[in-house]
Amino acid sequence: METIVKLNTIKDKLIAEFESSKSSLFGDTTIREKALEAFSKQGIPGRKSEEYKYVNMELALKGDFAFSSTQKLSAKQLESTQFLNDAIVVVIENGKFNSEYSKTNSLPKGLQIVNISDAVSNDVFKKHYSKYANVNLDPFIAMNTALTSGGVFVHVAKSAVIEKPIHIVHVTAVSENTVLNSRNLIVVEENAQATIVESFQTVDSKAKSFNNALTEIVVEASAVVDHYKIQDENACLPDRQDFGHLISTTQSIQKKQSNFTTHTFTLSGLLVRNNLNMVLDDEFIESHLNGLYLTNGNQVVDNHTLVDHRKPNCNSNELYKGIIEDKSSATFNGKIYVRKDAQKTNAFQSNKNILLSDDGTINTKPQLEIYADDVKCSHGTSTGKLDEDKIFYLRARGLSEASAKKLLMHAFASEVVDTIKIDALREYVEAKISKRFE
Amino acid sequence: MLSIKNLHASIDGKEILRGINLEVKTGEIHAIMGPNGSGKSTLSAVLAGKEDYEITEGSVTLNGKDLLELSPEDRAREGVFLAFQYPVEIPGVSNINFLKTAINEIRAYKGQTPMEAKDFLALVKEKQKLVELDGKLANRSVNEGFSGGEKKRNEIFQMAMLEPKLAILDETDSGLDIDALKIVAAGVNKLKSKDNATIVITHYQRLLDYIVPDVVHILYKGKIVKSGPKELALELEEKGYDFIKEEVGA
Ligand SMILES: Nc1ncnc2c1ncn2[C@@H]1O[C@H](COP(=O)(O)OP(=O)(O)OP(=O)(O)O)[C@@H](O)[C@H]1O
Ligand SMILES: [Mg+2]
Repeated sequence: METIVKLNTIKDKLIAEFESSKSSLFGDTTIREKALEAFSKQGIPGRKSEEYKYVNMELALKGDFAFSSTQKLSAKQLESTQFLNDAIVVVIENGKFNSEYSKTNSLPKGLQIVNISDAVSNDVFKKHYSKYANVNLDPFIAMNTALTSGGVFVHVAKSAVIEKPIHIVHVTAVSENTVLNSRNLIVVEENAQATIVESFQTVDSKAKSFNNALTEIVVEASAVVDHYKIQDENACLPDRQDFGHLISTTQSIQKKQSNFTTHTFTLSGLLVRNNLNMVLDDEFIESHLNGLYLTNGNQVVDNHTLVDHRKPNCNSNELYKGIIEDKSSATFNGKIYVRKDAQKTNAFQSNKNILLSDDGTINTKPQLEIYADDVKCSHGTSTGKLDEDKIFYLRARGLSEASAKKLLMHAFASEVVDTIKIDALREYVEAKISKRFE
Repeated sequence: MLSIKNLHASIDGKEILRGINLEVKTGEIHAIMGPNGSGKSTLSAVLAGKEDYEITEGSVTLNGKDLLELSPEDRAREGVFLAFQYPVEIPGVSNINFLKTAINEIRAYKGQTPMEAKDFLALVKEKQKLVELDGKLANRSVNEGFSGGEKKRNEIFQMAMLEPKLAILDETDSGLDIDALKIVAAGVNKLKSKDNATIVITHYQRLLDYIVPDVVHILYKGKIVKSGPKELALELEEKGYDFIKEEVGA
């Protein structure tokens, strides 16, 4: 009972916030109002919610929260979030686009990056915005759609090939408790190619932040998009594990013969919930979902993925791996829908975990719903400890127990890490793994 | 160099080694033969430091140092090398990278600086040639997808890289065709010096035509029941283990 009261209080606060600020929020008010209605219906999910039972929202949202922040990043704080030398940097500072810190003035031909609030009258924006992330599907999609105060609109023109990665840096620095709802829309037109890196970091932990970030990605026919999420909330304060709440939703829609690969690396953050929803909306589409989570301390990481095969002849391939330490908890919930029309679908899913402690928890749940009859689908999950025979073999060659374990950890992660196509990014992630198991 | 005295070891309460005595001097090659399940691999695992076994009695020293006190890695750093009967596959760990780490950790243990990258590569090349290991294998993940023979050859390659004082080869000949056997034996012989020693565990005297032992021991039910010159291996091959059983009255 008490739980419901608390969650309802938070919900009411959010609704009140909407009413008082709606006149100043960008974009179409009807979209927001519909979203708010959907949010009121769903509320903040409690522990009894099937979809959110492993993440304690009540705890995450305890206390008073503001819904925006005007706090500015220092140049030094910004610097600590940049790990790709050669990238088109887009800074989302406390949920809003910061043009001064972004390198978006002279962009390559075919690429447009603007503040999302400046894009509202753009036809492409109007065609796609909020058309795919379904407010009735998830309360955080609804919350974001109702309350978002910023983000970027990225447009890659037909047949344009953007060589450099576009690095969207989500950085949080708040000195009072704040809920942030950043929102990005990325549209990659027909036959175009782009690489998108989204990173998530908190550089100031004096107060609690709750980041409800949502990115919609439209991959038009024959386009190729490589997408990365690097979630490392505590990167700048590695000794602290007690902050960073992130709900990160990625909603993709793909058209004919397109190829979309998305990677989710969760390296730190007290609570990280990923909702990855992929719609394969035409034929001959290829989708790859790779994930790696390293959890320790009291961290809670929850990956929910949904691959929706709507049309025939598509391939999806999902690989998530996790290393769980201490009292941390990791959840993998992978849904695959193969609709009646989606004959000749190939859908593969695999989730493998290494549990390093007795107190850690892994919840893994594949959910395949197949309504077509001519399909190839498979899923597999495994959870184990590090193989003692392998450790002994390496030690018998002179490696310390720690180095042996480190090597095996890298080896376990490599299947996912090796899918990173940007060298600097792969090195960054590898260094993080090394550091973690030193 | 190696001195094993009255060694008893058990696993899950079951005694496998029941009082082993063995003295190996530098420059020597000892062969250990014995029927399946007699404890040959157990002895090698105990020497290498596998923690599953409980040592209930006895002692093992290497050049006067108490080996049983040391962790597996420190034994390796002191110069013990075990070529495993069944080398594990370690996908994702490159042969070369792990050997580089091994060599440098051994060097650090001895107070030496890490090996220069180019010296390491030169060493790899040299030793690869010695055991005629395909360069591609050296660069792959440890033993992953290797044939039985390739795994054994990789063990000898690692041995060549690490230049141990005491090498224990646990049935390195099993599953090797005659050409591979000759290569492996030639590798072992080339690495032999007056400062190191080798223990070869085998079921077949054929290997001993190529790696000629100074002493042959017969291990039976966890004890060395007979030791003798290399001719003992021939006798064993002719008569089978039954004659041992009769001799020891088992
Ligand atoms: N983990 C274990 N638990 C119980 N018994 C074991 C275990 N490992 C080995 N043994 C037993 O110990 C005995 C000796 O095994 P070991 O592998 O040392 O024999 P071996 O002489 O090397 O045989 P082979 O010629 O087949 O390689 C066998 O009876 C075996 O079943
Ligand atoms: Mg054996």
